[in-house]
Amino acid sequence: MASATGQIGTAAAASRAPVHQYVAFAVMVLLLVAAPFAIYPIFIMKVLCFALFACAFNLLIGYVGLLSFGHAAFLGAAGYITGHAAKVWGLTPELAIVAGVATSAVLGLVVGALAIRRQGIYFAMITLALAQMLYFFCLQAPFTGGEDGIQAIPRGRLFGLIDLSDMMTLYVVVVIIFLAGFLLIYRTIHSPFGQVLKAIRENEPRAVSLGYDVDRYKLVAFVLSAALSGLAGATKVLVFQLASLTDVHWAMSGEVVLMALVGGLGTIFGPVAGAVVIISLQNYLAQLGAWVTVVQGVIFVLCVLAFRRGIMGELGRLLKRPF
Amino acid sequence: MAAAASPIPSAQRALEVRDLHAWYGESHVLHGMAFDVREGEVVTLLGRNGAGKTTTLKSIMGIVRQRQGEILFGGQNLVSLSSNKIARMGIALCPEERAIFASLNVRENLLLPPEVREGGMRLETIFELFPNLAERLASQGTKLSGGEQQMLAIARILRTGARFLLLDEPTEGLAPVIVQQIGRTIRRLKSEGFTIVLVEQNFRFAATVADRHFIVEHGQVVDMIPNDEIGHRQDTLHEYLGV
Repeated sequence: MASATGQIGTAAAASRAPVHQYVAFAVMVLLLVAAPFAIYPIFIMKVLCFALFACAFNLLIGYVGLLSFGHAAFLGAAGYITGHAAKVWGLTPELAIVAGVATSAVLGLVVGALAIRRQGIYFAMITLALAQMLYFFCLQAPFTGGEDGIQAIPRGRLFGLIDLSDMMTLYVVVVIIFLAGFLLIYRTIHSPFGQVLKAIRENEPRAVSLGYDVDRYKLVAFVLSAALSGLAGATKVLVFQLASLTDVHWAMSGEVVLMALVGGLGTIFGPVAGAVVIISLQNYLAQLGAWVTVVQGVIFVLCVLAFRRGIMGELGRLLKRPF
Repeated sequence: MAAAASPIPSAQRALEVRDLHAWYGESHVLHGMAFDVREGEVVTLLGRNGAGKTTTLKSIMGIVRQRQGEILFGGQNLVSLSSNKIARMGIALCPEERAIFASLNVRENLLLPPEVREGGMRLETIFELFPNLAERLASQGTKLSGGEQQMLAIARILRTGARFLLLDEPTEGLAPVIVQQIGRTIRRLKSEGFTIVLVEQNFRFAATVADRHFIVEHGQVVDMIPNDEIGHRQDTLHEYLGV
């Protein structure tokens, strides 16, 4: 049995050390270091916020098989609370972000507890319906500023010390937040908890009959995804100094589906690539106006028809290594 | 039917199924299934395709939810419990389709099951039973041969620590040498005190491992044959199974 035990060790090492993923991560970090010297930092920060949002969404659809069509609620709610906390309560940015993330997590707990009882299209519709309720709440509630949103949100001083009004400082903070969120998701999907999530995605009845309370696992994944979406929303509000209805609108929930799909569902780097493509299209084709939506629609159809694995899924297939 | 209701002292019964009915939608599949299993015993459910053998296992496990009647295990009626709670009581099902998790490798499939009871089988012991698995640890579950998938499916439920096993056609479509290996495994598990309900179409295999055979027809147990009487009851087998 010594050889068998040795083989367990080898297999464990092999599954723990996907070198190509470490290389891809290093390349991503290097690009993030170099990018602000070549590209407008606000644009990169926008991409990073949406990339984190898409990664959080992908945790749910890619690794648990749950298609939420109301994820904008978590992005937007955290944004409003962070904006309000920073502007009205005068909290420091990190506390405002914590308040936003906590709100999204609690909201995720409520929405998740109601939605995970159903599967497939019913799950998607419940999440959409609850997100729409939140949209109308945000439209009517006095503290959200209605159509105007919350404007001129102060970036403040991180921990009361670091002035975030300096663009490069803010950039570094956003990069750290993004990487922390990304690594948390990476760690989650490679943990025993993540293996159970994958098992649920593949064959839920089998996971149940092995003794797993799958609803609890789904709920934890849902809350984690909601909290990370909230982190993305809270960070975005500090970058743009604006919390608006756009972030809680159902179209935002659709956009994150598109990002995850274009990048590759169930891949680690896919949502980041998807966010880069979609946000770049929106920015660089902005002069086309409403036609951007048409271009996005064409990309969506092409994705579904021609390369369903998405950018990173196809790349992984070509190189025979998962990204 | 009378033969099925054997007078076993309740203390020795591991499981007792009484008047069990089950439905798939509007289709009534089990019509008053009744049998019992003693501690440490291997019993088989024999019958033709569509007789209700697999449905019986799935009803015990709670996978078929539309069910009525009594499934008594450890003094509790399982009919009111969900599948994961039944698993937590120490019952495990190895399904006919094996249901290996495709995105996980062999090692991950083996490490996935929760230990519902103390005494989940150690990996070293698993590899003694199934040496092939030790050589395929890093392989994706679906890249295994049919026999290896079956071994992995059985190994996976042994990891949970469950002592009451439901095996659904473990020899289906497998080479004779693998069937022998699975037979050896079942006999070893029996010698270690596991209680096993085996669904089989391969009567010759069943006769080598089981203590008693329940004949299932139209969703009911219609006869029970102790394994040592099997030689005298060929006519019954021929009548119900065509063997």
